[in-house]
Amino acid sequence: MSDLNRTPLFDLHVELGAKMVPFAGYEMPVQYPLGVMKEHQHTRDAAGLFDVSHMGQVILSGQSWEAVATAFETLVPMDVLGLGDGRQRYGLFTNDAGGIEDDLMFARRGDDLFVVVNAACKTADIARMKTALEPEITVTALTDRALIAVQGPGAEAAVSAMDAAAADMTFMDVRDLTLDGIAVWASRSGYTGEDGYEISVPDAQAEALTRKLLAQDGVEAIGLGARDSLRLEAGLCLYGHDIDATTNPVEGALNWAVQKVRRRDGDRAGGFPGAEAVMAAFENGAARKRVGLLPEGRAPMREGVAIFDADAGGTQVGTVTSGGFGPTFGGPVAMGYVATEHSKTGTPLWGEVRGKRLPLTIAKLPFVAANFKR
Amino acid sequence: MKFTEEHEWLRVEGDEVVVGITIHAAEQLGDVVFVELPEEGTTVSKDDEVVVIESVKAASDILAPIDGEITEVNGALTDNPSMVNDDPQGEAWFFKLKVSDASQMDEFMDEAGYQAFIG
Repeated sequence: MSDLNRTPLFDLHVELGAKMVPFAGYEMPVQYPLGVMKEHQHTRDAAGLFDVSHMGQVILSGQSWEAVATAFETLVPMDVLGLGDGRQRYGLFTNDAGGIEDDLMFARRGDDLFVVVNAACKTADIARMKTALEPEITVTALTDRALIAVQGPGAEAAVSAMDAAAADMTFMDVRDLTLDGIAVWASRSGYTGEDGYEISVPDAQAEALTRKLLAQDGVEAIGLGARDSLRLEAGLCLYGHDIDATTNPVEGALNWAVQKVRRRDGDRAGGFPGAEAVMAAFENGAARKRVGLLPEGRAPMREGVAIFDADAGGTQVGTVTSGGFGPTFGGPVAMGYVATEHSKTGTPLWGEVRGKRLPLTIAKLPFVAANFKR
Repeated sequence: MKFTEEHEWLRVEGDEVVVGITIHAAEQLGDVVFVELPEEGTTVSKDDEVVVIESVKAASDILAPIDGEITEVNGALTDNPSMVNDDPQGEAWFFKLKVSDASQMDEFMDEAGYQAFIG
């Protein structure tokens, strides 16, 4: 694994007994000795700490906030200009066909935009932003900062014990905090469906901060395995699986992420890649849709399982894009795409697992209710 | 107890063998969430896929270690798959097999051999 990158927390992961695996070009902890199931449940019951330093952190700066926001709106179908200072929003880079090139979080820090993108896409994303926006906007990849998520009902107590101001933040707020002397950028958000924070910290202080966070009551290190089952139960998309360059936001059931101001008849309608295709999808609907899938039995239905409209014969009407066992849900859960006429909640369908058609029903997402601090 | 290179254990009980997976295999699999057992009375040949086991990470097949007839399966595993993690070399046996050709047992490792095999 010598050609893989390491995060500043690599040595700590090894010290904690993590099983390290290659992920998006990095050696990352997939699980610790606690194991995926217990790590998952610990995050829902108390607090989990995740190293997500492999993700891309980027700052966009320019002459003014208006200049930065207006420029970024040429790349995403989101309301960027309307974002208040200290607020964060979910976003999507679209392509000329309206497909999704990556999903991301963006936050306003004064006149700057702080963008967090997926590890596997970060090189392309940074190139996309530089090509489209420079030189008017300066695009700076922050290659010297780690990103640590603390998630779960105990996250507020753990983080606010180190800076009381953390408790004043609500969901999707961003703020500078000083955690036991270490200056960080924190957002109250995450990828688990739980309350919590994502904390951007200089590499040099990442390990010290992580040790301090792990020393707080109820905080355990959690690997990528549990991160995946947590986000699946929360109904959150994994880029490259549940959404990709061939799925548009309407197919991906991400309509909510495209604010009205960027849709047809909005004040700043269109003006992003694939705008016509995305607006047509809003107006005409999509032929397929991302939905929750609830297998009836105990057998997990994993990525790639074909979905049929009959228990024998019939037609393939969809495919699972993410699936597995939901430890909090207590059974198998999945999401995937089905033809829109089969996408209504409660519709019975069948997934083909090892040559057998097993019953499932279309289910509402999320499988486990979100626990955000609104 | 005998051990296979596929990380199964076999315990002889009269003309039957009880089959399960090793502690090492259970650790490698991670938390087991689903077990699909064969039907009792099924005749199997060595290397037939007889059990499907799914962990939080992936699905794996358990192969018949030798030829024989499945005489009994451990139905408790269907309702409580985590037994495989809790007691893989005890309570969490998968099936019992009536042996067709006892000489097929000769190739398997003893405990010391298996420990050396997994290093």
